[in-house]
Formats: sequence, C-alpha cells, structure tokens
Amino acid sequence: MGYTFSSGYTVLLLAFGVLPTLYAIFLAFTKGGAFVGFDNFAKVFGDYRFFPAVQHVAIYLVVYLVCLTLFVVLLALVVHAIKVRWISTSIRFLYYIPGALAGASSVLLWLFLLDPSVSPVAFLLKAMGLESFVQTVSIDNLPVIFTVIAFWTGAGGWIVIMYGALNNISNDVMEAARIDGAGPINTARYIQIPMLRKWISYMGIMSLAAGTQLFVEPRVLSQASKGVVPPDYSLNQLAYLFAFRQGDFNGSAAISLILLVVAVGLAAFFVFRGGLFERD
Amino acid sequence: MSATNLTETPEVTAVRDKDISPGRWLGRALAFSVTGLFLVFFALPIVWLLLAPTKTARELLLNNPFSFGAFSTLADNWNQLTGFQNGIIFTWLGNSAFYTGAALIIALVVTIPAGYALAMTDFKLRRPLLILTLIVMLIPNTALVLPIFLELSAVKLIGSPLAVILPFSFFPFGVYLTYIYFSTAVSKDLLDAARIDGAGELRVFWKIAMPLATPVIALVGFFNLTGNWNNYFLPFVTEPGRKSPVQVGLAELLSNVPLFNPTSAGSVTIDLPVLALATLVSIAPVLIIFLFSQRFLVTGMTAGGTKE
Repeated sequence: MGYTFSSGYTVLLLAFGVLPTLYAIFLAFTKGGAFVGFDNFAKVFGDYRFFPAVQHVAIYLVVYLVCLTLFVVLLALVVHAIKVRWISTSIRFLYYIPGALAGASSVLLWLFLLDPSVSPVAFLLKAMGLESFVQTVSIDNLPVIFTVIAFWTGAGGWIVIMYGALNNISNDVMEAARIDGAGPINTARYIQIPMLRKWISYMGIMSLAAGTQLFVEPRVLSQASKGVVPPDYSLNQLAYLFAFRQGDFNGSAAISLILLVVAVGLAAFFVFRGGLFERD
Repeated sequence: MSATNLTETPEVTAVRDKDISPGRWLGRALAFSVTGLFLVFFALPIVWLLLAPTKTARELLLNNPFSFGAFSTLADNWNQLTGFQNGIIFTWLGNSAFYTGAALIIALVVTIPAGYALAMTDFKLRRPLLILTLIVMLIPNTALVLPIFLELSAVKLIGSPLAVILPFSFFPFGVYLTYIYFSTAVSKDLLDAARIDGAGELRVFWKIAMPLATPVIALVGFFNLTGNWNNYFLPFVTEPGRKSPVQVGLAELLSNVPLFNPTSAGSVTIDLPVLALATLVSIAPVLIIFLFSQRFLVTGMTAGGTKE
C-alpha cells in the first residue's frame, strides 16, 4: 500500500532529483561520451573566471550569513518581547511580506532603490558618495547589495520561524529566570539563544547552501548595468555561460556538480550530525 | 467598573515605574528604535513601489518619492505596459498561471499521499525514501537547474510546458511537511478503527486522512505556488521566448529601458514608471495570496516549522 501511495512522488524524485544528478556526474567525467577522468574539472579550475567567481560568492556568503544570523536573532527576540499581541503579529507580518517578492521582481525593485536618480533613499546613497547607478553597483559594493536584497526578501520568514521556536520555550523556564533576576539581555544570552541554537544552525546551513547558487541577482544587475556587473560574477552564471555561450555541457556539468556536492554535503552533514530531523 | 479602574491605575503605574531602571529604559528605547528602523527597511520599498506607477517618468525623478501622482497617469502607464509587444505581458502572466497551476495540482496529488504513506504505513523502502527526501529537500532548487536542463534537453522536452511543470511538481519539502503532520497530528488507531469497520485503504485515506489534513494541504499548496511563481532560473533556461513566465519576461522588459540599458536595441522604449508597474503586476497574485493568508502564515508556518 505504501508503494502505491508514494509511487507518483517516487517517479518525480527519480526524474528530477536522482537522474539529473547521475546525468551531471556522467557528463562531468566524460567528453563526447568517452571517459576523461578529471579533465573537465581541470579545465574549469584552470579557467581565468573560475576563482574570481568562487571568491565573489565566498565574500558574499560571509557578509550575508553574519548579517542574517545577527539581525534575525535580534529582531526575533525583540518581536517576541512585545507583549501586545496585535502589534507583535503586525510587525511579524510586515517583516514577512517582502517574501512575496522573490526572483527577478525583487531585484528589479532594488534596481530602483539603488539608482540615486529615482531612489526614495537617494539621500542615503549620496551621503555615501554614490551619485549614479553605475557607481552604486560597482563590483566592490556587490556583496553588500546582494546581502541587502537577500535579507530583505528572506529574513522575515526566518524571523517568523525563530519567533515560533522562542514560543516553544516553556513558560516555567522563563519565569524561573525572571525570579532569579535575569534581565532581557541575560535571559536572551543564557536561555533563549542556546535554545535557538538548532534553528540558527539550520538557518545558517540552508542559507549557505542557497547562497552558493547565486544567479538571478547578478544576472539582472548585469543586464541593467551594461557590463559593470560582469556576466560571470557567480559560479552559476559561469556554468550558464559554459553551457549556452561555449556549448560546453561537460564543463558546465562539472561546475554544477561542484555546486551540488557542496549543497548536498552541507545538507547531509546537517541531517546526520545536526539531529534536527531525528524523530524515530 | 470605572471606579475600580480608577483605583487600580495608579497602583499599576507605580509598580511599573519602580521596575524600570534607567538601564532597562535605555534597553527599551534601543529595542524600539531597532524595530522601527527595520520596519522602515522592510516596508518602505513596497510603499514606494505602490506609488511609483501613478507618476510620469519626469515626476518620478523630480517629485517627492512618496507622493501620489494621478489615476490618469496610472492609466497611461497601464496602456503603455499592455501595448508593449501587443500585450505580451498577458501572455507571460497566462504562462505563469498555467505553469504554476498545473504544477500545483500535480504536486498536491503526488505529495499528500506520499507523506501519508511515509508516516502511516510500513514498507521496505520507507526509510531510504525518507532519507533521500530529507537530503533533496535541503538542496537549493537552483542547484539542479542545469542538470535538469541537460536531462530535459536529452529527451527533447525543452520549450514544452512540461519542462517547467514537471520539475515544479517535484516538491520534497511538501512531502516532508505532510509526513510530519501525519506522524504527529493523526493517530494510527483512528485509521485502524476505520479498517476494522471494513473500509479499504483508499477509502481510509480519502474519507479520514484527507479531511484531517486540510491545514497541511493548504500549507503545501501555498509554498509550492509562491515558490514556483517567483522561480526564475529554471524557466529562464527551459522556456525561451513567448513561452516565458512573467518573472523571465520582466527581465526581458528591462532590456528595453533606456536608463538601465543605454544601447537598448528595441525601438519601443519602456519608461521607469511602466517598469515599476510591471514589477507590481508580476507580484500581485502572490502579494494577494500573502495578504489573505496572513494569520495562517504567521501562526501556521511556525506550527509546521517547530514541531520536533
């Protein structure tokens, strides 16, 4: 019976989870159908655009993860401390709503916000010495810009999740802390944050894995800035260029496989070591 | 009533005043400003986006960013948007609706029974299937885009609607949510009771498990729909040209905006307010779903997320 009920899903899992992975492995190690060992990888590693792309993605990830962890935990604690129910619900909802804008829409909206000639926060941009759109999206600013966009769309969802986790801390524990004279900061430091640890690391790994896949943000910005943002800024963009500009599907598969191994590695580490999903 | 209130109020304030030390007062002020600052950060761009399409390109540059233009300008901008390439925006929106709608139906039909089977029945491949689901669930969906493209291209499906609908219907996160829901919220005894009464497996699932699962079905549907509506990378490579969904079309529109693209090849140019309007139109369906499911999101999401 279990087989019948799960058969439809199993077919999709094989077709769009397992099979593409196997196909990517096959392509990455072959050329024209013949086994070539690590040749494709060597070529990709040797490409002059590869290490800059790795570097770009890595810097972005550091900036993004630090900001995300710091601010999401802080905002969740503050929202959780608000005792008036409707205020707390409304604030959570307002934080959450940019999540409706993901993909190209959010980047497009941020194009406006980053252009000093139309931006509603032009005074901020100008105060930082940014007078034009091209100046704003200069390559050194990109990690911060991508962080702002990703944080704007994604943080609300994590704040709601952290808020839920904070709600799960039993009242007895919080009461005991209060009686012992712990203020909000000590309560957060010694009780709430340690109890959030599992969720914080879950957020970290998920965001790390997702961040390695950077594509739509640099692609749309590159399109809008006529080359100020290079079309090979991120690894996924490079994989795209290999496949569609150079017709080199094997090289593209090699990059995809590297990204996939990173993502699966992080996921597996979390499933087996993190213990979040242990239930039986 | 009022008499008791009068006697109570001074007492309460007295206690509060005594409680709040200068340090704690400072802490509160800090927390208050942090909340306010981030509220502005999250909400301000949306407010701006709602107002921008009511202005002309000139007004957008010169007027106060948060002023309201005119309804007639909004109508003009709308006409310019719908006039672009004979209303291709409607084609894009229609594509999006078709792809995400079809994917939603398939996803629900395969996801809910799978989660049910993993939670409520025993079979040999149950554990491997569960572990595989957990791992695939944690892979960001962009990670598989190029391999899926290569696979679809090998079976000559590129450009067919199936090239986005089928990958969109594969939704391991939904299976995991359903699995958690059934294994924590529905008791096996209830199902066994129905079996003893002579109900077949299909009947037990349809008449007993499904009605109990309404909240999780809504949740799975919500995440599937909004995630797919906003997906860019996969349709970008598998659905070229007129078959694009609106997210891909939007980026296409961008190449006709002179400000961002001084050498734009197209003879028809797009003004900034029109681009803002297009952005708004592209997210309107998801925004409306968000507004209507507000309560259920802010509470329901945590209910699903925090069960351990």
